Amino acid sequence: MSIASAPPAAGSARDLTRRFLKDPGAVIALLVFAAFGVAGFGAPLIAPQNPYDLAQVDILDSLLEPGSESFTGMTYWLGTDGQGRDMLSAILYGIRISLVVGLASGLLALAFGTVVGLIAAYRRGWVDTLLMRIVDLQLSFPTILVALILLVILGRGVDKIIFALVVVQWAYFARTVRGVALVEGARDYVEAARGLRLGGFRILMGHILPNCLPTMLVVATMQMAMAISLEATLSFLGLGLPPTRPSLGLLIANGFDYLQSGRYWISVLPGLVLLAIIISVNVLGDRLRDVLNPRL
Amino acid sequence: MTEYIIRRVLQALLVLIVMTMLVFFGVNVIGNPVYIFASSECDQACLDAIITDLGLDQPIWRQYLTFVGNLVQGDMGRSFTHGVPALHLIFERLPATLELAFSALVLALAFGLPMGIYAGLRPYGWGAKLIMSFSMIAFSLPVFWIGIIMILTFSVQLGWMPSVGRGDTVDLGFVEVSFLTLDGLHHLAMPAFTLSLIMMAMVIRLARAGMREVMFTDYIKFARASGVPERRVLGAHALKNILIPIVTVLGMEFGGVIAFAVVVESIFSWPGVGKMLIDAIAVLDRPLIVAYLICVVFMFVTLNLLVDVLYSLLDPRIRLGGGKA
Repeated sequence: MSIASAPPAAGSARDLTRRFLKDPGAVIALLVFAAFGVAGFGAPLIAPQNPYDLAQVDILDSLLEPGSESFTGMTYWLGTDGQGRDMLSAILYGIRISLVVGLASGLLALAFGTVVGLIAAYRRGWVDTLLMRIVDLQLSFPTILVALILLVILGRGVDKIIFALVVVQWAYFARTVRGVALVEGARDYVEAARGLRLGGFRILMGHILPNCLPTMLVVATMQMAMAISLEATLSFLGLGLPPTRPSLGLLIANGFDYLQSGRYWISVLPGLVLLAIIISVNVLGDRLRDVLNPRL
Repeated sequence: MTEYIIRRVLQALLVLIVMTMLVFFGVNVIGNPVYIFASSECDQACLDAIITDLGLDQPIWRQYLTFVGNLVQGDMGRSFTHGVPALHLIFERLPATLELAFSALVLALAFGLPMGIYAGLRPYGWGAKLIMSFSMIAFSLPVFWIGIIMILTFSVQLGWMPSVGRGDTVDLGFVEVSFLTLDGLHHLAMPAFTLSLIMMAMVIRLARAGMREVMFTDYIKFARASGVPERRVLGAHALKNILIPIVTVLGMEFGGVIAFAVVVESIFSWPGVGKMLIDAIAVLDRPLIVAYLICVVFMFVTLNLLVDVLYSLLDPRIRLGGGKA
């Protein structure tokens, strides 16, 4: 690692925030992502109907084009799907499930990977070798293949897809954290802490870990985009979430059956939302990397 | 040298054994396949007969041993739904998947290399920015979404492209291929392009990074100074050197492409192994699911092993352990 000797990113949190906010791309991405977050988590409050409450859904309203009116006078701004559900509401609820799966799997993988990476960097020796062998092995398999195998075995479910996504992501975090922790561990401030006879655990958690955080933040953002995309793919194949918890991927899959008959909105609209989320998270991660300058 | 290869082969075998266990035990605890066979008037005796017939009355470890024993002899059991050996089904469907994957590989190189080289030569022009944005989009967008948009645009709206199946095939004696007929090519274009996007994005990035590094080396300067025409400097000297990492990465990614073919085959109803897997999962055809997963894992482990061994033959630092620790 030749770049590893570069000085750490300088600047206080306020300085970094200012640099981040100066970048129009970063601000737009943040706003878009925040808007989807609010829309998704506020879905029960702002959605015109609860698309999974059968009393509110009328099968006679099925397959209406965007902007049509229902018998009761409600306007379906984004049309309805094959069961007469309002697409706008279905998308809002779908955003929530996609975000929950992405966030939960990302955070769990981050936590697990960080622990493994710190242990490897701290213990060195055979523990390090063994853990990194496992990481190498895990990373040598394509993510989609591992996720596919796990979901075939486990079946559908929110908890199951989160588990599968954690399994395919943790190794990334473990490798990154180990790398950064090894570099940080060789710095003077750690030496100084050792000179003060601080305990190993305290040095690890209080001194090394905080300095790994910028890198972890960037990797976590990028991985979240990947997790959302992978969840959508698996749900599209009918392997991820159960039909009772339709994420954006499942909505797209439902609409796929109607695509050939020209009813594009059932599939395309949730897809556009998915696209916007993935791109905004990716841009966000990209800008964060520029600002925080971690050695990736 | 020999020691390194032996160690690497043993490691690959260990991975294979662990994966067969994971897949076999995992798949065999889900659902109850007996009901696929049982008709509605099937009584207990008839159910028991089916269970014995499928070998499901044995303890699971004995089922596993039987499975491994048969596996070594190339027998992966019979598909529950098709009633023919699972391996036979896979070999029947595999050519379609391989054709799709290789077409994607060719497309990725044919489009990705020129784009990456261009972006590497003029890294600050608007052309390079456009190419790099394309690469980022191709890399981060879900493949299935791109496939859907292509079907919507070219099949539904414009009506130019067929969205289902393989089209006319030509029998080459041992294998049937689509790419030799006009109709087959017509059917192949969209799925192959969709599948190639991730690889294409990777080729663009690697070629660009390679070009930017290579163009500042002494041998390029020397070639230019000695009056070698620019075409030859790029085509012969630079290209050769950027190809090494690209070939390595593509070799290791090929297993991933086969796995991703599941998605593309489902969207375009391409009759390959991936589509078969999704159908098998829907009806809980355990032997077929297990056979598919094991074949893909086997293919993947073998590819990785080959890349590693080839690399160690080319680069002594790796086999002597002097590379990354």
